[in-house]
Amino acid sequence: MAIEIEEPSAGLSRVAVSETHGEDSPYFAGWKAYDEDPYDESKNPSGVIQMGLAENQVSFDLLEEYLEQHSEAANWGNGISGFRENALFQDYHGLKSFRKAMASFMEQIRGGRAKFDPDRVVLTAGATAANELLTFILADPGDALLVPTPYYPGFDRDLRWRTGVKIVPVHCNSSNNFQITPQALEAAYNRAEAMNIKVRGLLITNPSNPLGAAIDRPVLEEILNFITQKNIHLVSDEIYSGSVFSSSEFVSIAEILEAQNYKNSERVHIVYSLSKDLGLPGFRVGTIYSYNDKVVTTARRMSSFSLVSSQTQHLLASMLSDTKFTENYIKTNRERLRKRYESIIEGLRNAGIECLKGNAGLFCWMNLSPLLENPTREGELTLWNSILHEVKLNISPGSSCHCSEPGWFRVCFANMNQQTLEVALKRIHDFMEQTKIKKNLL
Amino acid sequence: MKLLSRKTTCNSHGQDSSYFLGWQEYEKNAYDEVLNPTGIIQMGLAENQLSFDLLESWLAKNPEAVGFKRDGESIFREMALFQDYHGLPIFKNALAEFMAEIRGNKVRFDPNKLVLTAGATSANETLMFCLAEPGEAFLLPTPYYPGFDRDLKWRTGVEIVPIQCSSSNSFQITESALEKAYRLAQKRKLKVKGVLITNPSNPLGTTMNLIELNLLISFVAAKGIHLISDEIYSGTVFNSPGFISITEALMDRNLHGSEVSNRVHIVYSLSKDLGLPGFRVGAIYSNNDTVVAAATKMSSFGLVSSQTQYLLSAMLSDKNFTSNYATENQKRLKKRHDMLVSGLQEAGIGCLKSNAGLFCWVDMRHLLSSKTFGAEKELWKKMLYQVGLNISPGSSCHCTEPGWFRVCFANMSEETLNHSMQRIKDFVDSTTDVVSRRHRLVVRNSRRRSSHDRDSER
Repeated sequence: MAIEIEEPSAGLSRVAVSETHGEDSPYFAGWKAYDEDPYDESKNPSGVIQMGLAENQVSFDLLEEYLEQHSEAANWGNGISGFRENALFQDYHGLKSFRKAMASFMEQIRGGRAKFDPDRVVLTAGATAANELLTFILADPGDALLVPTPYYPGFDRDLRWRTGVKIVPVHCNSSNNFQITPQALEAAYNRAEAMNIKVRGLLITNPSNPLGAAIDRPVLEEILNFITQKNIHLVSDEIYSGSVFSSSEFVSIAEILEAQNYKNSERVHIVYSLSKDLGLPGFRVGTIYSYNDKVVTTARRMSSFSLVSSQTQHLLASMLSDTKFTENYIKTNRERLRKRYESIIEGLRNAGIECLKGNAGLFCWMNLSPLLENPTREGELTLWNSILHEVKLNISPGSSCHCSEPGWFRVCFANMNQQTLEVALKRIHDFMEQTKIKKNLL
Repeated sequence: MKLLSRKTTCNSHGQDSSYFLGWQEYEKNAYDEVLNPTGIIQMGLAENQLSFDLLESWLAKNPEAVGFKRDGESIFREMALFQDYHGLPIFKNALAEFMAEIRGNKVRFDPNKLVLTAGATSANETLMFCLAEPGEAFLLPTPYYPGFDRDLKWRTGVEIVPIQCSSSNSFQITESALEKAYRLAQKRKLKVKGVLITNPSNPLGTTMNLIELNLLISFVAAKGIHLISDEIYSGTVFNSPGFISITEALMDRNLHGSEVSNRVHIVYSLSKDLGLPGFRVGAIYSNNDTVVAAATKMSSFGLVSSQTQYLLSAMLSDKNFTSNYATENQKRLKKRHDMLVSGLQEAGIGCLKSNAGLFCWVDMRHLLSSKTFGAEKELWKKMLYQVGLNISPGSSCHCTEPGWFRVCFANMSEETLNHSMQRIKDFVDSTTDVVSRRHRLVVRNSRRRSSHDRDSER
């Protein structure tokens, strides 16, 4: 909602002063607490452990090894023209070699069950840019996108802030493991209609953030039916597709479209990024893959505002076209994430905490509703505060993800080493013991 | 129901203009000294290709900058994870100092007021989002960079109202032109939020003098609006009178830290001065905390790759390198500029006197068959298809007078530039007879018409 500016001389736009960037939510407040008192094994063993950051730090050694063995990826080799050509390259089509490598990497992640055409790959500076760009293309100011809850807090900014587009939530709950149902979709659509808001599309994250679970094939098929019937778009944000613990458990919307010979596919667009699977958020590499020619052309032109550095395209083209490297990376990364996931689930279970059954991502969806004094958002935030300030763990409260049921928390496990994870689990264990004791005394 | 947004179907991306058509033709039949000597020479691309050897030799001596190392230690992990929209501190520090150096260290820049963006394209659009509502307007002096039509208007919904400049005073901005533009906006019921200037100018290749800068400052102060100074060519000034930045002009009037200085914002980029357009390094500098805060958050949509920030922080912190680069680069630009000017002179073609940029603003009015934009288009096509040179017609830059063209000189070898000059001379020689014959015909005919008709011929 915009704030009215009092003195006219400042003369800034409503967008500039609005709070739609969402930076005042607890999601960011926890981050600040961590910044002020960050955990360090030796220097600050009682500091706040950051478990609110969905980063993948488990496979850097593989990347570092690759760079050691292939220095020409980073330094353009000995050829004079290499640097010059690369430094001048600002074509919004993107480096062809990189698009090819990206398309092939996306195919490998899906076990070859879907094909990707490099000419449909549009490059953007991260998935953040990709999602905003798609919103500009698919909707007009005042229109809406349906987004299933709980969802990534950043969407409030990415999809709404500068675009003027609204989000209408599709409520999901624990009664069926937060799966998206046709009823929930219809209900959301009808709610929008009742408010005279035009729905332009549905945006799903698959695998889901914050649930850490891939969407089932039958649900995806229902979703496709829904969007076709309503004649709206489908954006499938698949940035965690390479973080599925077992390849066979992830079904991409691309596979379903291929299976039906791409019928009605001009409404479907996929977002991908190397920030999660490769652990390279700093390099700003995102992509839009659309089955709609007009969207591809427009997205390409709009990507001028957020191009990927040609230096980075060059590095990653080299890395991702090395299929021996990528095959090994995907397999190893998956395995390590699975192990981390299992150790956190076990640790939490020993502390008496259950999580949603997950099979992907860099986090788990933890159920602390039994601990709530009040089964409300306020109750959840009170609990979150004690966990942040007493247990010294920064985890993300479900309310910041717009979850309609209080008491759920997203806990990241891949942005720290194993020892730190164990320290965190011990703190949780102790906290749960104390809570039990307190409850028994009352 | 219409499936895509209005933005998809409108033409504000500007991709159907001649600016892009010429590019397309060039791509189909690109000149190559050996492989395609009759192909089209690209003179419509404002790139700086003159000083890559300096960059390459620096890279050869500083392998750590690309090898993700710092003092022998690997920092790959740190860089790979760094996505803080405040930007890499060592890079912002180096960039702030580099910008000061370009201005002869007469001004200082605070790294905390610098916002990094993926190129100046992103910076300009971001400032529009921060300073104007959809339907509001910014005033821009003509002629201006064709890309502004897309960058400032497309997704933001902001309008551009031109400040008409003319050759009668070398296209300088005048008070009456500013007032006229403001009134035009009012007539169109558009609220003016600011003025955007490019200094040094694209396509003119000239720097603004203190009179113009003061005029602008007084104007935006009086109207209570913003001033954006796009200074991406500030490092390409190769001749006197030298570059006066907007910051200097404000300081000169003791307005540093004043209310109006809170509404002055600078855009910079490394695409022109360093010749690195592919690396997407742009910046917004503002004294206005709210603008810095909002722009910083918005930069999430177009961050600079941390890999690139690291490389350039090392390069720009090397003061020996940057000072040597600046001097050498300017020397080379001046040489090229002079080559183009004298080559054109030999063909009887004049240029606007310029001291900066990667191009000249060339006066081809005398080659037009009539003083119309139709004739300009005709001439442009002849230059493209007959002479084989892709140059940018003034109309694509919204110039109000037909017959001016922007011709780039820094994106090719010396041999290619010489060759293009030869082609122009040949073309002019071959048409001179035709033109002078036609001219005699026109003069004879005009004597028969009444003076009333002659006046209408503008």
